Formats: sequence, structure tokens, C-alpha cells
Amino acid sequence: MFGLDKKDTKFLLIVIFLTLATPILLQPFPQGSGLAQFNAGYPDLMQRFAIFGIFAIGFNILFGLTGYLSFGHAAFLGVGSYSTVWMFKLLSMNVLPGLILGIIMSGLFALLIGFISLRRSGIYFSILTLAFAQMSFNLAYSVLTPITNGETGLQVYASDPQYLMNENSLTTTHLFGLVMNKSAKLLVGDWEFTFNIGYYFCAVIAILAFYLSLRIFRSPFGMMLRAVKTNQNRLMYTGINTRPYTLAAFVISGMYAGLAGGLLASMDPLAGAERMQWTASGEIVLMTILGGAGTLMGPILGAGFIKYFENIFSKINDNVLHGWFSWMPDGLEDIIVWLIHPFVGKGWHLTLGMLFMLVVVFLPGGLVEGGSRIKNWIKRDKKPETNDDEHHPKHVAHVAEKEEF
Amino acid sequence: MDAIFLQVLNGLDKGSAYALIALGLTLIFGTLGVVNFAHGALFMLGAFCAVVMRKILTLSKISLDPEKTNFLGKPLEIKTTYVELWFGDFGAWMIDYSVLLSIAFAIPVMAIIGLVMERGLIKHFYSRPHADQILVTYGLAIVLQEIIKAFFGANPVPQAAPSSMGGAMDIGVLFGFAEYAVIYPYWRLIYFVFAALVIGGVFSFLRFTTFGMVVRAGMADRETVGLLGIDIDRRFTIMFGLAAAVTGVAGVMYTPILPPNYHMGMDFLVLCFVVVVVGGMGSLPGAVLAGFLLGLLESFSSMNEVKAIIPGIDQIIIYLVAIVVLLVRPRGLMGRAGMMED
Repeated sequence: MFGLDKKDTKFLLIVIFLTLATPILLQPFPQGSGLAQFNAGYPDLMQRFAIFGIFAIGFNILFGLTGYLSFGHAAFLGVGSYSTVWMFKLLSMNVLPGLILGIIMSGLFALLIGFISLRRSGIYFSILTLAFAQMSFNLAYSVLTPITNGETGLQVYASDPQYLMNENSLTTTHLFGLVMNKSAKLLVGDWEFTFNIGYYFCAVIAILAFYLSLRIFRSPFGMMLRAVKTNQNRLMYTGINTRPYTLAAFVISGMYAGLAGGLLASMDPLAGAERMQWTASGEIVLMTILGGAGTLMGPILGAGFIKYFENIFSKINDNVLHGWFSWMPDGLEDIIVWLIHPFVGKGWHLTLGMLFMLVVVFLPGGLVEGGSRIKNWIKRDKKPETNDDEHHPKHVAHVAEKEEF
Repeated sequence: MDAIFLQVLNGLDKGSAYALIALGLTLIFGTLGVVNFAHGALFMLGAFCAVVMRKILTLSKISLDPEKTNFLGKPLEIKTTYVELWFGDFGAWMIDYSVLLSIAFAIPVMAIIGLVMERGLIKHFYSRPHADQILVTYGLAIVLQEIIKAFFGANPVPQAAPSSMGGAMDIGVLFGFAEYAVIYPYWRLIYFVFAALVIGGVFSFLRFTTFGMVVRAGMADRETVGLLGIDIDRRFTIMFGLAAAVTGVAGVMYTPILPPNYHMGMDFLVLCFVVVVVGGMGSLPGAVLAGFLLGLLESFSSMNEVKAIIPGIDQIIIYLVAIVVLLVRPRGLMGRAGMMED
């Protein structure tokens, strides 16, 4: 189905099911119970899952397949956001023109940056993309203020022209009348499920994005990208010019990032330069590696994992901790809370950084590899490893490098 | 004319910070071949060595004065620092000069941090690709800055320069300008002199000592030096410690200029990578030259006359230069031919 073989169709159907059922699956604890704070079924967070999932899928097409480590992808996210908000300001609050412009603009931007950056590989490529991203960030803050509105961030004002608007037009973001921030609530017993239009809009786009990346992974084009990662030199010796392939991968992943940025702006019509800072690019690297670079599911898992724990961990403060450990003797309780305190709440990034280091050191294939290792350990069968690179990534160099020295 | 002179001073001042950090970064890359994204964090740790030193020096004994009351009607608390209690005027002098004293504190601390980092983590990444090194050191940088944030909070912690070195100097007079034409803060001048001393020290260490000679030989051809029966790995580990110490003292001395905060490392990191790339990966003189050059370029491009012609150039000049250098001459200004020229 859809030009996929049986196994991939099953895989895609599972992904579709999981994405559509997210509002139910992420709400496993009844309201009012002590564990309700671990519920992630609220619209804002679910939208972020889908949006950063798209971003990570796109980043994975570049990094996972070709091994080119870009540290500047947040720039495309920013361009997508700015373009979308500009469409809101100029036309109407319909998200479609904005998303289309966001994809086009970030694609063009990626074409320019990729054309220059891809002349180098290895760390030079990383530093070039880093330099470009910092440049765009600095410009967005200073000279480009008429376009980006500087530190305040770009927003929609009542005085904006909005040529397609009339008195009856909606003033919040919508898709042909479907208002993004509207949701339906369903109460089943103690469980409250929120079905948000914005989330489903993002989810449908995310599924399309995932399908596209699945097709790219299985295509001859994807095979060529993988060959670039394995040994670019050998590929060039056979007379193949690899630049068009890597550039295409770069532009595609830039467009994914632009789409994600456009969706961010569609959910909340506002764009700021801090979305373009290089640490934001670092976050997407974290997501992809944590989940498993080069695998299909990995980046989505990583994005979901980071966004979930970012929201949930930051909510755990000392009071919550004391609540958890109140059954302990007083002195011990205080010690435990004091020990855990730096890792939760505001210190969540510390946990993330440590986790990331552990993954890079011990589990280069990310969560996906960890999952398959556990599965193998439980099964303990001596079946030979399947020849499925997506689900059992071998330890290969993350970056296309010509030689070690 | 004096405006240009002022920009030269500004450039040298910025450049000395860039050069110092880039020097440490290059020492690590040139010897061990490691791309260290945690280098900005080392700079930040150095700056916080100064903060810790001042905290230690200003530990105070709180005594109550029953005669006087504060506005809440409680006995007035009088804080006296222990060092003043023990050493009197010398103690007060120590607090005043805490930034300079911190250097003595920071060198061993940073060297040990560097050694632990190399032996504990980076050692395991020599055989792995550069991207893995980037990733793991990036993770380490996040961890280090979050630890600092957990202890010192997210706000900058201002540090004062010693009172005799605060204020500004009419340096223009020395160079034949009119009086009060070019006035420049003392501390920034001191920073420049300090940077020159440290850079000179590192270079003469490498040039005039046997240890330095072996290290330079190892940088040129690690394998041959190893075959000669020299334990080059141990020397490179020591160089990592030295690089960490150089970066650390650069951070210590920078505290009166920029109040240290937990993310200053990340802010400097990108710039310093750019400096190293422009100078040439693995080339020590290149790093220093590029540091000063880019510092000068940045300060000249921030002149209003220049900005009037090309708006916003001051924000991007460094990156533009780096991009042009990477594309036209990938080995950098003074890099060796064939060194990572892919």
C-alpha cells in the first residue's frame, strides 16, 4: 500500500494509529490522582510533540542518512516562523499560505547555505552551518529588525493590513474555518481527554512528513545518501558527483525545519529570534541522537522524549519531591530530596545533558538501539541479526569524514 | 585619528580574549586531535573560580551589636570577614585583589579539571569520529554549565577589579594625542598585557624547554615520537591540563569586564571555533593571529562610519570572514598544508 512493502505499511499504520490516539494514550492517569501531573495529553505539549517530531524527521534525513552534522538547523525553523507570521500580517489568519511560504523560504535559504556549506565536510561543515546560523540570529536581532521586529518578536497587530480579511473573518489562526486552538473535551469516568484541532492538524502533517521520509529512506536517492555516509570517497572514485545528492538532502531537511517553524507560528502566531540561536540547533541534535540517528522512529522518539521530560520534569519541585518521599524517616527524606533537587525542576537540563552523554558514550544508536538490545536480551534467541538497518543501526561514523589522522 | 586609535585598543582588547581561548582550543586540537565543544565551559569554569575565591575570602563572622538596632528593632548584625579578622589590613588587601589571587587558585583547579576530563572522558573518544567528539563534549558543556547554574544561580555575579586598577587611564597622551582624547579602562589594558604574557609564556614553554620540544615533535608526527620510546600520550594529557589552565585564567581575568554567568561559555564557544578555523586548525600562532585580527576587524566594523555604509556588518563580520576563509583557504591563515583540508 502507498508504494510500500508489507512491513513498512504495517509500520506506517502503527505510526498513524499512535499519532491519532495520542490524546488518549498520553492521558493514562485519572484527573485528581497524584500521578495526574505525568499526563501529557494537553494540547500545547502534544502540538510540540508533533512539530518537533517533524523537525527531527527532517534533521534525520540530513544527519541520519548522509552523516553531515549541521549545527545551524534552527535558522530554518526561524525563517519558517517569520514567513508564516508575515503571511498572517499581510493576508489573513489562514495558516495555509503561511506554511507554504515558510516551506518555500526555508527551502531557498537552505539552498543558499547548503550550496556554500556542503563544499566542506566533517567538522568544517558543522562550523560553517554554525557560523551561518549565528549570522542569521545576529542579523535578526539587529539590522533586520524591520522584518523580524527584533527582541520583541514578530506578532500580528490590529493595524496590520491583512488584505484578505473582512469583518467576518476569524482573528485566531485557522485552516478554512477550523480554529487551531479549539478543542473538544471528552470525559470518561475520571479521565478527561482533550482533542485539539491544532494538534490533529499538526499530527496529519507529521504523518505526511513521516510517510515522505519513509519513502526517501527506501528510495534509490536514500540509498545514495547512505552511500555518502558510508564512504564518500569511494563514491566519488566511481565517478559520481555527490554534491547534488547531499544538497538535495540539505534542502529537504531545511524545508522540514521551515514547516516545523511555520506550524509553531500557526499554533501561536508569534516568532522570535531566540528560535534561531545555535543552542536551539543543538537541541534538535540532542533529540535526534538521543532517539537514534539514522533510524526512522528514533528522531520522533527523541523529540517526544525531550519535550515530555522538559515539561514534566520542570514541574517537579521540592514540594512534590517531599510528597513522594514523605514515607521515609525525616532525615533521610531531606537527604533524598536534596540529592534529587538539582536534577529536576529548573535543573532538568542537567539530567538531559548527562543522559545525552551516556547515550553518546554507551549507546551510539540511541533509544532505538537500547530498545532492540533489551528485546534481544529478553528473547535470548540466537537468531542472526536481521539485515534491517533502520531498526538495528550498526555503529558507523556519524559524519562523512574523508580520513582519520 | 583618535577614534581609530580607540578602535585599535578595543580590537586588541577583544582580540586578547579570543586569542587566549582559541590558544587553549588549538592546544587541545593540535596535540590530541579532539574537537572540544566543552572549551567554552572551561572558560566559564575559570571565571567561576574567581567567584568562588571571592566567596571564600569574604566568608564573614556575624556578630551582634546589642547597642545598635536595625530598622526592624533587632540587634544590628556586623559582618567581619575572617581574613580581615586574622590578617587585618593584609586581609582587606587580599579581598581587594581577589581577582589576581584567583589566578593562583584557578591554575591548579583548572589543570586538574582538564586532566580529569581527558583521562575520564575524552580518552575514550580518540578512535571515534570527530562528530562523536563534538557530541560528547557538547553534552559535557551542558552538564558543566547546568552544575554551575545549580550552585550560583542564573544571574550574572559581578566581580570588581582591584580598586587601584579600576577607573580609566588617559592613554592617548602617551601616544601623542590631545589630553582626554582617548581614555581607556585600566583593567582592559591589564587584560591585554596579561594575555600577551600568557601567550608568550606558552610559546616559550613550547620552544625553549625539552618538554615543549617533545610536544611539538609529537604534534608534527605523533607516531614517530612514540616509536622513539617517548610516552607522548602522557605529555599530551599534561598539555590538555595546561590548555584548560590557560583558558581558565583567561576566564578569571575576564570577570571584571563581563560579570560571569552560566552561559558565557556557550556564547564564547562559537566565536572561538571561528577564530581557530580562521587561524588554521592545530596552528598555535594562527590562533593567536586570528584572535587579534578578528578582534580588530570586529571593533573597526562597529564604528558608526562603517556601519553607515554596510548596516549590521559588526554583527556578522567574524562569521563572514570565517566562511570566506573556509571556502577559499580551508587550512586557515597559518594552518599546515594537508591538515584537515577536506
